[in-house]
Amino acid sequence: MALAARHLEANGIPTVVFGCARDIVEHCGVARFVFSDFPLGNPTGKPWDVSMQRAIVGQGLDLLESARAPITVTTPHRWGPDETWKVKCFTKERPFLSVDATEKWLRRKEAYRTLKSGGDV
Amino acid sequence: MDYVRYIDKTREYYAGEGYAKPYRWAHFDDIPFTPLPKPLAQCRVGLVTTSEVAVLGEPGPWDDEGDAARDAYALPTATPTEKLYTKKEAFDRYETTLDDVESYLPIARLREYADQARIRDLAPRFQVVYSQYSQRKTMEVDAPKILRQMREDGVDVAVLTAV
Repeated sequence: MALAARHLEANGIPTVVFGCARDIVEHCGVARFVFSDFPLGNPTGKPWDVSMQRAIVGQGLDLLESARAPITVTTPHRWGPDETWKVKCFTKERPFLSVDATEKWLRRKEAYRTLKSGGDV
Repeated sequence: MDYVRYIDKTREYYAGEGYAKPYRWAHFDDIPFTPLPKPLAQCRVGLVTTSEVAVLGEPGPWDDEGDAARDAYALPTATPTEKLYTKKEAFDRYETTLDDVESYLPIARLREYADQARIRDLAPRFQVVYSQYSQRKTMEVDAPKILRQMREDGVDVAVLTAV
């Protein structure tokens, strides 16, 4: 996603990226980033929380107008009082992908390598 | 509690799963930056998402199993939100859900801002890009395709959502 944003910026389209993985987006580097400190999945607000979604999207629109150089802003919202999800994610207790999804991912990755080695991608 | 360092977390997690070679996340020293060319109220907004959204009742953009080189695609923004869904599996399934499209593809929220004249309007299509195995493919194939389609749609500014 950050790579696509960079390509658009480099070709004259201003961008704002919404995301929850701050280190990954900043490691790549994008022009305008609205960071929500949430579990991965809902970069524009909690499901069915319309007022939060409206506020977060509005913060991104503000940033399109105000930014003069690359910048990250953090939304003021918290996921909840319990932040143990930050410790639990990507652990054996909570594997990121299910067994099925992992196998599918690995099969597609291998198929992609085959296409690549054949010069098809 | 401070925010999650996913680069470190995933490196440790996948090393523990027996993967010897850590993923190299994309990194650049420079950051391209384009200033807003005109007032936001005069800008057409284009959406880009990694949410792998598809339309209920229509063939998916990708063959679930076989399509390894998943190209970026576009869907009509006018598609009723209740007809959009995702089968994306890469999110924190213990803490949340992707059942509300607006939480990662804010079509209705942006339309509200268009109604208030905060933005001019939404582009007729939104763009979907797969989180590729290959950064090269994202940069050399998908991103140029998205740029081309956004130019065709007269997009002035882009809103990107990383699920």
